[in-house]
Amino acid sequence: MAAAMTQQAPEPRAEAAGIDVRFRGVSKRFGAVAAVDDVSFEIPRGSFHSFLGPSGCGKTTSLRLIAGFEQPSEGEVEIAGVPMVGVPAYRRPVNMVFQHYALFPHLDVFANIAFGLKQLRPRPSAAEIGRRVGEALELVRLPGMGSRRAWELSGGQQQRVALARALINRPTVLLLDEPLAALDRKLRRDMQMELQNLQREVGITFVLVTHDQEEALSMSDTIGIMRDGRIEQFGSPSELYDAPVNRYVADFVGESNFFAGAVAAADADGATIRTAQGLEIAAPYSPRGRKLAVGSAGVIAVRPEIVALWDPAESGQALADYRFRGRVRNRIYLGDQTEFSVAVPELGEILVRAPKGSAAGAAGFAAGTEIALGWRRERALALADG
Amino acid sequence: MRAYAIAIYLFLYAPIALIVLFSFNSGLSASDFRGFSIAWYGKVAGNRFVLEAVTHSLIVAAASATLATLFGTMAALALQRVTGWLRAVFDGLTYVAIMVPGIVIGIATLIALVTAFDIVNDLLLAIWPADDPGAVPQLALGYGSIIAAHTLFSLALVIVLVRARIAGMDRSLVEAATDLYATPWGTFRQVTLPLILPAVVAGFLLSFTFSFDDFVIAFFVAGSKTTLPIYVFASIRRGVTPEINAIGTVVLLVSLLLLFSAQILLRRGAKPTRAT
Repeated sequence: MAAAMTQQAPEPRAEAAGIDVRFRGVSKRFGAVAAVDDVSFEIPRGSFHSFLGPSGCGKTTSLRLIAGFEQPSEGEVEIAGVPMVGVPAYRRPVNMVFQHYALFPHLDVFANIAFGLKQLRPRPSAAEIGRRVGEALELVRLPGMGSRRAWELSGGQQQRVALARALINRPTVLLLDEPLAALDRKLRRDMQMELQNLQREVGITFVLVTHDQEEALSMSDTIGIMRDGRIEQFGSPSELYDAPVNRYVADFVGESNFFAGAVAAADADGATIRTAQGLEIAAPYSPRGRKLAVGSAGVIAVRPEIVALWDPAESGQALADYRFRGRVRNRIYLGDQTEFSVAVPELGEILVRAPKGSAAGAAGFAAGTEIALGWRRERALALADG
Repeated sequence: MRAYAIAIYLFLYAPIALIVLFSFNSGLSASDFRGFSIAWYGKVAGNRFVLEAVTHSLIVAAASATLATLFGTMAALALQRVTGWLRAVFDGLTYVAIMVPGIVIGIATLIALVTAFDIVNDLLLAIWPADDPGAVPQLALGYGSIIAAHTLFSLALVIVLVRARIAGMDRSLVEAATDLYATPWGTFRQVTLPLILPAVVAGFLLSFTFSFDDFVIAFFVAGSKTTLPIYVFASIRRGVTPEINAIGTVVLLVSLLLLFSAQILLRRGAKPTRAT
């Protein structure tokens, strides 16, 4: 495809080297609704990027803007440095794995996978097409399945055919629209691994759209968290987890206990928040978050794994700066860790996760037990409540 | 309740069964069965007027079904992109076209054509360079008018069938083809057309059957071209003979065969699009 593509495409811009997808102030409006609202980002060549967000956040529209199924109302989309203004979907060096695979029901697996190659002019020889389809089937571990019909395959197999059909064209960017949503849990884990391996193997830039945070966190090099057509935060999974810009991101990536209220005091490093119950809790700012103004709405985010549990007979001073008493509501054994739900009168329901080796994990406080819990001030985050 | 059902089916199908039965009558009468014979079929096959009428009917049916299928499919594909009130209007018009009684289509087409012919023929007379009025080409009722009227009716039929098929088609298949470098024409040829083909062929068969069997519309606009139903109608005035029964049986057989094929195509066609 590359040959056909470069014929009518202008030369890549020099400064764009190494960037496979670039949005510059892109908006897409459907009537009065902005599905994508002034979005700018860059996805480096050869990386695995995910758009993460709830339905209706604009992630699928972003993907369709890259594919060329939608044209931006404003702004510019570039693929491999080439502006895509007016370039129809069938001339873009990208291929998509559709949510429900969209395999052609009237064609067998071979013809499905060969579809892209057969559109090339000059058309590759039958031998060449046969060889490459064979390779593609190997790549997705479905050798010898060429003569099957799409509906004879299991969901996981259809998924692989859809992957092979896209990858055989050696696109600059592979787009994946919630490709694992239709698979069962076990298969999904396997396919996550496989997609990651595949991406390293072929070295093609992958852009994935998902509402499943675990999927995004486990596979991606970079993630764009979207809300209402905008990108809330763009960064690596660890960056999003450890340094969320606001409550929305902290809530979407991993889990947190949130204590919301008005900012009672703030300095350059952190803020103190007064909750509705009059409790004052302080924490440092998130490294990527903004400074909070006194009086504005803020929130303290406490990840479940930084909360310590101990026997109320002990002081716990060494474990936590903020200490409370509560009663275990629920204990869920997860194998490598144990999850507690603790009712604390001043705070409400607190989620705690203790790894297997830890004191709490070993002690295994049963439901109904009176316990003490708390956390260190510097491990919590003070965030804007939005 | 069961007796009612039996009575109703008897009422519906007994006459048809009788026609088939008496077409094999060795006697002359259409009401007095004398013994089994296929002599009447031989007589029909040897009747020059019947063969001529059958030829007319086949030409009209083939032409009108082809035109209706072509334009109906094109219209269905185009209508799929129309939205809002405009679509509602077109949908309404399509269904109205199916429900309008044949007699109305017949009269309306006749009036429209005759009026148009008058104007065009006068014009031709006025502008034709030759002196001899007999040499001036004149439009008249015939193949053209029956084919036009039948196409008009069948068009709506094809539109409804193909529209239903397109509506059941996964829209992402077209996007997938586009994504895999197929041009709009390539997408149509390689994906859309194969997927709607069962409905298109079924539409052709139904249109063909309709045209082949139609008497009402053809009667108005046929002019001097006698189609098979018109011939049968004319013959009945001279009394129902086993010959008519034989013609009826053949037409019944052909129609049932076509309708059955169309039904199978529509059913089978419905399966593969639901791939997942």
